[in-house]
Amino acid sequence: MKDLFTRAWKKSKGFILQSGALFSIAAFVFSLIVSAAIMLLSGFDPLQGYSALLSGAFGSWDNVATTLGTATPLIFAGLSVSIGKRAGFFNIGVEGQLLSGALAAAVAGAYLKGLPAFIHIPLCFAIAWIVGGLIGVLSVKLKQFMKVSELIITVMLNYVITYLVDILVSEFFLNPGYVVRTPDIQASAALAPLVPLSRLNTGIFVALAGTVLLYWIYRRTRFGYEILAVGLNRRAAETGGIAVNTKVSIAMFISGGLAAMGGAVESMGVHGYYIANMVSGYGYDGLTIAIMGGGNPIGCVMASVIFGALRAGSSNMNRTTNIPGEFITILQALVILFVSAPLLIRYFKDKLTRTKSSGSEAA
Amino acid sequence: MNVVEMRGICKSFGLVNANVDVDLDIAKGEILSLLGENGAGKTTLMNVLYGLLEPDAGTIWINGRQERILSPLTATALGISMVHQHFMLVNTLTVAENVVLGYEPRKGAFFDRARAFEEVGRLSEEYGLRVDPHAEVSTLPVGMKQRVEILKALYRKSDILILDEPTAVLTPGEADDLFEVLRQFKQSGKAIILITHKLKETMQAADRITILRQGRVVRTMPRVEADVDQLAEMMVGRRIVFSIGRKEMPKGLPVLMSIRHATLKREGVAKLKDINIDVHGGEILGIAGVDGNGQTELAEVLTGLQRLNEGAIYINGAPVKAPTPAKMLELKVGHIPEDRTTRGVIRNFSVSQNLILGYQRSARFSGRLQLKKRAVDAFAKNTAEKFDIRCGSIDDPLSSLSGGNQQKVVIGRVMSEDPRIVIAAQPTRGVDIGAVEYIHERIVELRDAGKAILLISADLDEVIKLADRISVIYDGRIVSDDEAKNYDERRLGALMTGQADESRREADR
Amino acid sequence: MDAQMLDNIGSLLASTVNIFIPITFAAIASCFSARTGIINMALDGIMLVSAFFAVYGSYLTGNAWFGLGLGIVAGVAIALFFSVITIKFRCSQALAGLGINMLAKGLTIVLLQAIWNAKGKSAIVEGIDVIRFDAIAGVPILGSIFAQIPPLLIVLVASLALVQVVFFRTVFGLRMHVTGENPVAARSLGIKVERMQYVCMIISGVFASLGGAYLSICDVSIFSRDMVAGRGFIGMAVAIFGANQPVGCILGGLLFGFAQSLQYRLQGGAGIPTQLVQMMPYVLTLVALAFSKKDTSGLTESRL
Repeated sequence: MKDLFTRAWKKSKGFILQSGALFSIAAFVFSLIVSAAIMLLSGFDPLQGYSALLSGAFGSWDNVATTLGTATPLIFAGLSVSIGKRAGFFNIGVEGQLLSGALAAAVAGAYLKGLPAFIHIPLCFAIAWIVGGLIGVLSVKLKQFMKVSELIITVMLNYVITYLVDILVSEFFLNPGYVVRTPDIQASAALAPLVPLSRLNTGIFVALAGTVLLYWIYRRTRFGYEILAVGLNRRAAETGGIAVNTKVSIAMFISGGLAAMGGAVESMGVHGYYIANMVSGYGYDGLTIAIMGGGNPIGCVMASVIFGALRAGSSNMNRTTNIPGEFITILQALVILFVSAPLLIRYFKDKLTRTKSSGSEAA
Repeated sequence: MNVVEMRGICKSFGLVNANVDVDLDIAKGEILSLLGENGAGKTTLMNVLYGLLEPDAGTIWINGRQERILSPLTATALGISMVHQHFMLVNTLTVAENVVLGYEPRKGAFFDRARAFEEVGRLSEEYGLRVDPHAEVSTLPVGMKQRVEILKALYRKSDILILDEPTAVLTPGEADDLFEVLRQFKQSGKAIILITHKLKETMQAADRITILRQGRVVRTMPRVEADVDQLAEMMVGRRIVFSIGRKEMPKGLPVLMSIRHATLKREGVAKLKDINIDVHGGEILGIAGVDGNGQTELAEVLTGLQRLNEGAIYINGAPVKAPTPAKMLELKVGHIPEDRTTRGVIRNFSVSQNLILGYQRSARFSGRLQLKKRAVDAFAKNTAEKFDIRCGSIDDPLSSLSGGNQQKVVIGRVMSEDPRIVIAAQPTRGVDIGAVEYIHERIVELRDAGKAILLISADLDEVIKLADRISVIYDGRIVSDDEAKNYDERRLGALMTGQADESRREADR
Repeated sequence: MDAQMLDNIGSLLASTVNIFIPITFAAIASCFSARTGIINMALDGIMLVSAFFAVYGSYLTGNAWFGLGLGIVAGVAIALFFSVITIKFRCSQALAGLGINMLAKGLTIVLLQAIWNAKGKSAIVEGIDVIRFDAIAGVPILGSIFAQIPPLLIVLVASLALVQVVFFRTVFGLRMHVTGENPVAARSLGIKVERMQYVCMIISGVFASLGGAYLSICDVSIFSRDMVAGRGFIGMAVAIFGANQPVGCILGGLLFGFAQSLQYRLQGGAGIPTQLVQMMPYVLTLVALAFSKKDTSGLTESRL
């Protein structure tokens, strides 16, 4: 028994150390501490704040449902960034892809009538995936054509898509009435809620399926091997016969598609239509989640739950205390900044190992 | 009095002794050729003089005073300038701006552009360089760009100029122009050190010659006393070692791979010029030559990484239509890349992941979508044992292995796939002595089994030891092709340094 | 032309200028850092922080100019923070920028609550008033623009002229250019690359802060949450489109300002969706990047 325990302990220790989860956990803890300090300095009570967060996130079954329901699109966003990063493409365009997926699903859900649910729902998903995926591929092609970093391209594209989606809604898919949104989706396209009147819907199963899919791709498939090769050392991958540009495009089709799914799940499971700002900020959350998750799909899920909890908890904190919910933005920002700290550590580690190895190899 | 004296310079990088007890001197109005092959220590020595490196031992005297040259700024202040092989120019600025950078003529905080144009123009006139100070550097041909670098040296009032392989990027006509300019410099009393491996230039331009080999000075002599054969032998000369046992191969072996009329241009410069090569099964064809004469491009073309502008590759007689790395791998062409870290391995991948790189598509290792993990692991364990790859486990990251073991991973990978043809580029570069022997034995093993091996190496020892046939590459052309046993040091040296050309007459140079 | 139409044109031009000022400040800020090879991804954050502290400073002392000074100090501090992370520790500029922008957003909202117990807007403070030239107030068109001149407009125009001179006529500008174009060559010439980058980042911070402060104490005399609304990125887009040169920035800024204010006036009445105008700077930047042969924007792979 003890032997089993020691082995399990060793394995999980190895997993944590190797997978960089240690960094992410440390970064998160540091962020919590610094946020608490900021709260204190601003005249708020951190204990009050954090307990409001916690109870808002996990205090009741309804709250837990909200947390998990909020986590659902975040999982998709995190997975999206994760596969892009694996292939060496930093997909900041998640925000735009999420949005377009939300719109595509809402439109397909509202305007396609007379379909049974078991056809309608997958169809909406498929349409959303294709739209997001094509945007992902577009980003890659633009980068290849313009030879400019994807970080600028995807940021610009985000703005363009945001406005384009707005135009599409107000010009073509507008629901009559005061609120600017698309018409209600058909009942056949709706995702059933798991807890009545909450955000948590069957979409979470799709998200978990997506996680399993990515896990399988990463660990078991040749494609997963090849995109990792491309992401780590593009030239060596090329020498090894891997069609680099094609692989990155495929990876980004999947990435964009996953992000779009996140939006689709919101349209079909939470709101029942597309409305502006429905997924605002989820894309940037996705970035943080992917970084925290360290390229491991399961890590993404865990980080997504944390962020879902933060979002759910923050509205409670807003309501019940005078501490603004925006503290979670601060927390998130600190996580991003602290996560750059491992890069710092790696920077020093690299410097040390480089000087050692250059001595023994021929100049 | 000598303008520069370097006495007893020693410099090592880890286990490699780049300079051992080197003496060098040069007087005013003299052109000194610093002659040697790759790795002889020429650039290291000049980097010491220019302040880019600090010597482990030895002294430097400038104009009779001992100096410590700690940085290029000190060197410049002492009147030393270096024109590097890779230009340090800003493409979007004009010639004049590039030349005066760092020592700009000013009016207070303002840049006196007019004066810059004027002064640079004057210098250009005075030394017959004929460079337009107003021209934007990006529009200039390579020969002109070099002149801008030379103008930089003149502008800084340098009396000691170091030029690193100056004709490497020039056409023959441009090279002649350059030497004319250098002759003028000489007349105005400047001292010029030419780092070169080219004998013809040395004989054309130098007053004195210092020959370096493996970090030591072989001899310093006036040019008038030298002759090319002698120089070649001193540069390259070492005992020929036929110490590796090999099978006697039958005559009339089939040509497994050939390349015809191959031409490759990069940025307008021809890197491969009308190359014709045949590689027979059961034979090691060694491509000898000093680094930078087209070997890299040759390897890239034969492995599908680059497309030829003209010409074609043939495998078993059939032309390869649109060569890509994947296609060449499928056609059973194994590749040992010359740059292991950039192209050969993926540092963060495990040993086993690296062992299947390039072959992950084969039925052995993957099904329709998935990798066959157990098959891969078994293969990896097997291969690691077979090739004596020293690592903790096959799941260890590759970066934890030594250079030699990393190279064994590459070799093991290539050999385990039963290739028909192997392109081995610098197979023992950066590899410790113990692994070198091992790798050589494996290559001969392949040859004995009837494979065709193309060995590209800047290490002449290696080529002489392993090759059945040797072709020499110089300036993008094959200048010689013969059985290995017909070569001696002099002939090889002369061919490698451009002094001889057996492919056609000299007349058209 | 009747008086009404003249009035309309006049107010159109006046609002153009109003939009032009902060965008162009941001654009110059972007130019300064980009020319030395660092993309200032934290522009939004710097502007937001300076907008906030400008109002806070005015709130504390009742003096708007003190507020402006405080805003600049705060903005420069953020710029320095960004530069240390990215230059010294070589962290991804995009990540660092993202983190700082988010931090600024969250912090300013939290401070809004802490200081004024407000969720959306701060108290109204002393602002920097426009300079009035009542003499020409009656003049059609010109009167609308020039009768009330915000002092920061004068600062902006003077800065643009100064920056033009610095970039193209001084030794400092020349060395800046080299640092961005070819840092290896710069180093071999004895130019201290990192120091140049830090100095230019500080200057970038100053300009960004001026832009941010304009939005708060010059325009509306309050701070409201998220009031920068991406103007930093728009400024960067304008700078890229204008090839990182003052003239280009002016043209880009005017173009954008005009289109924006035109769109406000028309209120979609002419059938052009407002969003088309709003996405214009981003589309134009993508277009400019697609067609620029020279890498003047420094946005290739290795940098970010």
